Amino acid sequence: MGYFCTYVPEEILYAAGVLPVRILGSHEPQDLTEPHIFAMFCPFCRDCLAQGLKNRYKYLDGLMIAQSCLHIRQAYTSWIKHRPVEFSKFLCMPHKVQSPHAYEFLTEEYKTFKNEVEDWMGKKITDKDLKNAIEVYNENRRLMRKLYELRKRDIPPITGEQVMEVVMAMQMTDKAEHNKMLKDLLKKLENHTPDRETGSRLMILGSEDDDTVFMNMVESCGATFVIDDHCTGSRYFWNEVENGKDLLSSIASRYIDRIPCPTKDWEERKRIPHILKLCKDWNVDGAIIMQQKFCDPHELEFVSIKKALEDAGVPTLFLEFDVTVPIGQFKIRVEAFLEMIGEEDLF
Amino acid sequence: MEQEAKYPTEKLKCWQKAKDIRMKFYQDYVEAHDKGGLRWAGGAWTFDAIPAGLGDDVYPITSEPYSATIAFDKKLSLECMEATEVKGYPRDLCSYMRNYWGSIITDKFAFGYKDGEFVPRFQGAKPIGFPKPDFIWQDHICCSHAKWYQVVSDLEGGIPMYTVDNAVGPSHELTDSKIKYVVEQLKDGIKFLEKTTKRDYDDELLYKAIRNHFVSTSKWAEACALNKAIPAPLDEKSIYSLYVLGTLQKAGKQVADFYEKDLLPEVQDRVKRGIAAVPNESFRVMSDTQPPWSFLSIFRYLEKFGCVSIGSLYTFGLIGQWEVKKDGTWGAKTIPNMEFSSRDQALYEYVKYELHKPEWQHFYSCHFKSDLMIRIAKEWKLSGVMLHYNRGCEGLTVGIAENRLALLDAGFPVMAFEGNNADEREFDEARTKAKINAFMETLGAK
Repeated sequence: MGYFCTYVPEEILYAAGVLPVRILGSHEPQDLTEPHIFAMFCPFCRDCLAQGLKNRYKYLDGLMIAQSCLHIRQAYTSWIKHRPVEFSKFLCMPHKVQSPHAYEFLTEEYKTFKNEVEDWMGKKITDKDLKNAIEVYNENRRLMRKLYELRKRDIPPITGEQVMEVVMAMQMTDKAEHNKMLKDLLKKLENHTPDRETGSRLMILGSEDDDTVFMNMVESCGATFVIDDHCTGSRYFWNEVENGKDLLSSIASRYIDRIPCPTKDWEERKRIPHILKLCKDWNVDGAIIMQQKFCDPHELEFVSIKKALEDAGVPTLFLEFDVTVPIGQFKIRVEAFLEMIGEEDLF
Repeated sequence: MEQEAKYPTEKLKCWQKAKDIRMKFYQDYVEAHDKGGLRWAGGAWTFDAIPAGLGDDVYPITSEPYSATIAFDKKLSLECMEATEVKGYPRDLCSYMRNYWGSIITDKFAFGYKDGEFVPRFQGAKPIGFPKPDFIWQDHICCSHAKWYQVVSDLEGGIPMYTVDNAVGPSHELTDSKIKYVVEQLKDGIKFLEKTTKRDYDDELLYKAIRNHFVSTSKWAEACALNKAIPAPLDEKSIYSLYVLGTLQKAGKQVADFYEKDLLPEVQDRVKRGIAAVPNESFRVMSDTQPPWSFLSIFRYLEKFGCVSIGSLYTFGLIGQWEVKKDGTWGAKTIPNMEFSSRDQALYEYVKYELHKPEWQHFYSCHFKSDLMIRIAKEWKLSGVMLHYNRGCEGLTVGIAENRLALLDAGFPVMAFEGNNADEREFDEARTKAKINAFMETLGAK
């Protein structure tokens, strides 16, 4: 099952024996989506749709999205029209996650969704199946938190680029298999000291971001990303499913209480204190705020986030991303930023 | 290209009244505190019958039409846009929002007084600042809605804010649970209003406001349905000045009365007498999304070719409520015939009715919108469609490229033009007119 947004309750799919695979782009320029999506919609959603139109996810049996931003939603609706799949679903994830009524509403949506998946798969999803899925997913989240804990070290044993690869793998592979590999990785990293300078400790935050080329460039300039706030990063796995009154409502609570995407971070801005805490706990020297061009939800956030970070003494660099980034120009800006935050060391 | 008149035409008699209602709306907002009343801010889609329960002296300002007013005032709009950009906000964000924020940042309101008369700023009003609302009452279906007012609250140094999530799925999939989710939020919202304003809530006022809402939205749709007639009694440029009342205060008695007692009978009469909006009507088109407000003259330009824009899903369905009638055609939604006996029951009926809004359906799938547009194209007997690829509103532009493909598949010629509803820097008038020339030629205009 291809899914477009990390608000999709993967546990229900996994319990049904369905492998959730996140749809990501290719970072290649393309002109296929022009007749389908207005050009001022974010490059990420267009890149995702292009993969569908190019039949690069032909192995998928189903496609789904949980209600999040408008742009990625259109990639989904265009895809299912022009490349129909056996099972498709728009899951009505509530926007007002700060409402106490969101829990009951989402639980009801999950009941319907579970029935639809059962009909499609031709078998019941038992409580045992759901419990197992929750356990596998929770273990995965715990292991990822352990991996992130290692990055608090003065010399983090793993780079931000490598972690991004781990998270992307996490979004596409069987979590049980991922758990096995994560355990091996954690064991290897336990006493590992990398053969590189840590340099400035950075945070990266903003829109969907799987640009490993950019991460590599920054980390080759005398810096290490030690923490992030991305849906291809910590936001994806930060909280677990906790025991609630029943299994579906427990899953619903997990997705409602997770670190929010800006589309759902209102009326109170709850992401800001979380971001500031990450900066403090991971001892961050500076933050790179990146955003996909035309990504409205993040465009509506970064002014207040930037201010909050700077008020807290965390310098920021704002960069606007496209499917491909001007790596040379960005390198100059990143180097200047690193020089600025390293000024005290120089003099 | 100028063509001879085929039909009689005459000006709308209710025109001035529509203008007066609009001006009074803004004046009431400005003067609310002078009369001991309250003022609140929220979007054009917000559930405005709810704050009505606080009293008859509670006055709103709705963000989108206010921002469109700024857009029409090019000088003020530019100041607002630039002020917003200086604060760091990108210029690809919703242009209504940027005008609105700019009006707060610059502390310039789009209206004021000239020789004691309340008039728009561009008519020489003495400048007044942006009157700060007492609370924010918003809804959220588009990515920008709630976020818009988070920033407003920041800019104003904090305003109590409540937002209702109404994005519960398309109307054909409505369930009791979906309706209740919205109802429960409204009930919490009422508690918020009581706490914020320290006023007791009056359910009788709520019931009246909901009834007004039913009338406004249904009667507006009824007037738009009359535009199926040939010649069309209304043209879209005029429709913009009429539908706006529904975006200001659809739960207001003055709006419900206007649509029911002034506009509808007059449009019915025009149809009966064969009065055309465009006397040389030979071609009929519809548009989509908000127009570029600074360049409404393009609609008059169409008329030179004998082309009338009869409206759009946007003007029909932004406020209007519709249903499929027994004969299979699209017509005004039947007003629920019931007495309200409790707050819970009234809210339930209100929400159930409102979640059918046509302009909310494409938020779940652009293909629902394509179906509605094709329906309009057929029933309103259109020659073609003009699609505004609107850089200023992603909420209404989502799926527009798919709508284009679907309309073409259904056999309707489509002209797409790019622009911006409220940022005039992003509209190329000459190029758009050149496109219109070519489009009219393909439709057979000479």
